[in-house]
Amino acid sequence: MARITYSGKSFEHKNGTVLDTLIEAGEDIPYSCREGVCQSCMVRAVSGRPSAHSQRDLKETLVKQGCFLACQCHPEEDLEIALPDTQLFCTDAELIELERLSDEIMRVILRPSKDYHYYAGQFLNIKNSAGIVRSYSLASLPQLGGDLELHMQYMAGGKMTEWLFNDAAAGDRFEVSEAQGDCFYTSGRPDQSILFVATGSGLAPIYGVIRDALLQGHSGPMHLFHGSRHISHIYLQDELRDLAEKHKNFQYSPCLTAAEQVDGYYHQRANEAALDTYSDLKSWRVFACGHPDMVKDFKKKAFLAGASLSDIHIDAFVTAKS
Amino acid sequence: MSDNLYESIGGEAAVNAAVDVFYRKVLADDRINSFFEGVDMDKQAAKQKAFLTFAFGGPNNYSGKDMREGHAHLVARGLNDSHFDAVVENLGATLKELNVPDNLIAEAAKIAESVRDDVLGR
Repeated sequence: MARITYSGKSFEHKNGTVLDTLIEAGEDIPYSCREGVCQSCMVRAVSGRPSAHSQRDLKETLVKQGCFLACQCHPEEDLEIALPDTQLFCTDAELIELERLSDEIMRVILRPSKDYHYYAGQFLNIKNSAGIVRSYSLASLPQLGGDLELHMQYMAGGKMTEWLFNDAAAGDRFEVSEAQGDCFYTSGRPDQSILFVATGSGLAPIYGVIRDALLQGHSGPMHLFHGSRHISHIYLQDELRDLAEKHKNFQYSPCLTAAEQVDGYYHQRANEAALDTYSDLKSWRVFACGHPDMVKDFKKKAFLAGASLSDIHIDAFVTAKS
Repeated sequence: MSDNLYESIGGEAAVNAAVDVFYRKVLADDRINSFFEGVDMDKQAAKQKAFLTFAFGGPNNYSGKDMREGHAHLVARGLNDSHFDAVVENLGATLKELNVPDNLIAEAAKIAESVRDDVLGR
């Protein structure tokens, strides 16, 4: 008989679905239609494998994270589940290296103390020894080694970045949560066209996704628009130009919004430049990371331009209130 | 009304095909898109799917009470018959685009009509 573990409690599954078991046990869990349509009861398997039936309608990126519909799952084995947006701290990590990528971006390399599962482009929470918690996206690729790469954008008065830019040193310890989010590459449609839009340190996950796609043999055209105000804030330019040189299907377009005119740069917002260049996004895959208003607006416009919702992956970088 | 409208239209595959088309029409429709400002698009798409499943006579657990509660905040913002008409019009246009025969479109419109008063809180 399967056991269902949820928020620290364990229940014996007798019959019906995972949702039935939780409701019967009096657990507070969101649900509505109970027909596998509304997706209100979506949960994530932290351990154990949910039934294929309970995942059949979900976006592939959600399936890979173990998400399933509790109302559609007749469990075949023990399951530990959590709500999709909860993140548990799961491992310690050591600060290995800090490197300035621009005057406002720091590359941070962390080494987890045990095997750490993630997809390039997902985000995680880190907690420093002072107990400050912030979310950052992963620019590293798990295939290339165990170290995690994050790009931190300096925020004046921001508790995490003030500490990190001024006082942190190699050897400092962090706690790290599980990686989450659906901003990552999935193989299976290698000739699809992909549009990438990033502002500021929203480049971190995008940089991870692009390299992951290339490494997995993506052959369709990919075009990145990276925007910032000043040219000094457009970081990783050499790396991205190199990548475009090596891979003919990858194109890189930096975008500036300040008044200065510089040859070789778009002089408009990255999201606008992207949509002006590609007005028909039918059958495209799109990624957008960075400023919350930008990604929200871009998601809607990309959808109206023909991209299917299941092909739109965004990550809004919300600044913590400190 | 035929018992198998849902199957005739094409079942779940048809709903999946219709969701993006329908939601895109709704978002592009200036008569009603202000009601969708600022909503989470993925959650909204799931709701659209539930609505389409319902309108196609498919499996659903939607009740009049759900419809009332789900739309009360929109009624407070002025949701009225003209907006409901616009949604039904977009539903018809979606099905037409997917080459559903007119008699089945009429059936779906009729099912949608059945919740008009609940949606508008009357």
